[in-house]
Amino acid sequence: MIWKYPLLLRYLLYIAEGSVWTFGLVGGGLLIGFLIGLSIAVGQVYTKTAKPFLDAYVWFFRSTPLLVLLFLFYWGVFPALGRKLSPLACSIVVLGLRSGAYQSQIFRGAIMSVGESQLMAALALGMSEIKGVLHIVLPQALRISLPGWSNEYAILLKDSAICFALGVIEILTRTRFVVMAAREALIPYFFAGVLFLVLTHVGTKLVQIVYERTKIPGLIWRM
Amino acid sequence: MNFWDVFLLKILEEEFWGVFLPKILGGWVVTVKVLLISIPLSTILAITLAVARIYGNKPVSLLAASFVGLFRGFPCVVTLLMIFFALPEIGVYLSPYWSAVLAFVIVSGSYQSEYVRGAIQSIEIGQSFAAQSLGMTKLQEIIHIILPQALRRALPGVSNEIIYLVKYSSLASFIGVGEIFAVSRLYNSLYFRPIDIFLAAAVIYMFMCTIASFIFKVIENKSRYPE
Repeated sequence: MIWKYPLLLRYLLYIAEGSVWTFGLVGGGLLIGFLIGLSIAVGQVYTKTAKPFLDAYVWFFRSTPLLVLLFLFYWGVFPALGRKLSPLACSIVVLGLRSGAYQSQIFRGAIMSVGESQLMAALALGMSEIKGVLHIVLPQALRISLPGWSNEYAILLKDSAICFALGVIEILTRTRFVVMAAREALIPYFFAGVLFLVLTHVGTKLVQIVYERTKIPGLIWRM
Repeated sequence: MNFWDVFLLKILEEEFWGVFLPKILGGWVVTVKVLLISIPLSTILAITLAVARIYGNKPVSLLAASFVGLFRGFPCVVTLLMIFFALPEIGVYLSPYWSAVLAFVIVSGSYQSEYVRGAIQSIEIGQSFAAQSLGMTKLQEIIHIILPQALRRALPGVSNEIIYLVKYSSLASFIGVGEIFAVSRLYNSLYFRPIDIFLAAAVIYMFMCTIASFIFKVIENKSRYPE
């Protein structure tokens, strides 16, 4: 049993240190996903020609398991493009591409719930369409999408555990090292699970605080 | 020869696809076997957990709530590995296949139970009063009045979770279940044709997800109360 070892604390600290890598994966993935998702959402709502391609992108990334995507990109796509990425970089890019597909749906719903009349009012004030979207629609849409976005954070955090398959030394990989070293599975895995649970709650709370802070006083959104 | 002839020849000539395709379809059968057992069981677990949380007494409700909270917070992989590697320590030995089924039932059941719980709570309290005034017991009320309405409302969320489960079934390859991804990984190490192999796996998963979402849409339409 692991509690007989004086090493217990060091083992668990070693696992907890992995959360730095996990945060790297999640932060990078969320950032790339945010940029991709926002562009896709704007494209899906406001353009006609690009829409089928964007739909196909979203469909592909939403209906393929992350594990298959990781291996496809790590062994297949990036080497074929002549650029072999490190496991960490590849995981971040794949998480981002996939998260972009999911986030685009959040942003699309938010943009549509802002309503067309807002954009029409902007046009009536003499703004160009791009200006209207940038200055009128998106500031409202991004605020609306924050709760859904915190959900995406939780999903991405839990999915980032799958990146251990490529050998990124994040929480789960370290947990497996500890399991091999200590010949004891229950406590390390349970600790890793609780660590993910705590990280999820902390992150979700942070997003909630941002949501409260950025709320426009007096404005009620009809969802 | 035009492009398509070359393309077809290239596919047919090499023995790769002749070897790989039957194997990956065999892997597909294993995936379907895992899913066909774990999907109904997970939905049953979800309904049980949701009913226990709402109608159970304090300890039962607390137990169900902490179960759901725990396994919704754990990543699916962690639960899976924990069940496969840690259960033997307390004397429970499961084959990889049944470990995967157990993990998927627990994880997906916990996620689905949140939707079922929300749906049960969204049923008007008047329905419950009406059932009581007809002389129904609590159990009769839940089974005949509340659940038929609540499950219809929960269906979109539950079907979403089941589609997630279809994708997460690829994780079973980590504990040695020979499903689609395990086969593709093996054949990638034999032939090293990653793009062909993993795209084939991706296409199968896309096919399954699209079919599943189509089926759920049909169920949703068929089970809707007429206006």
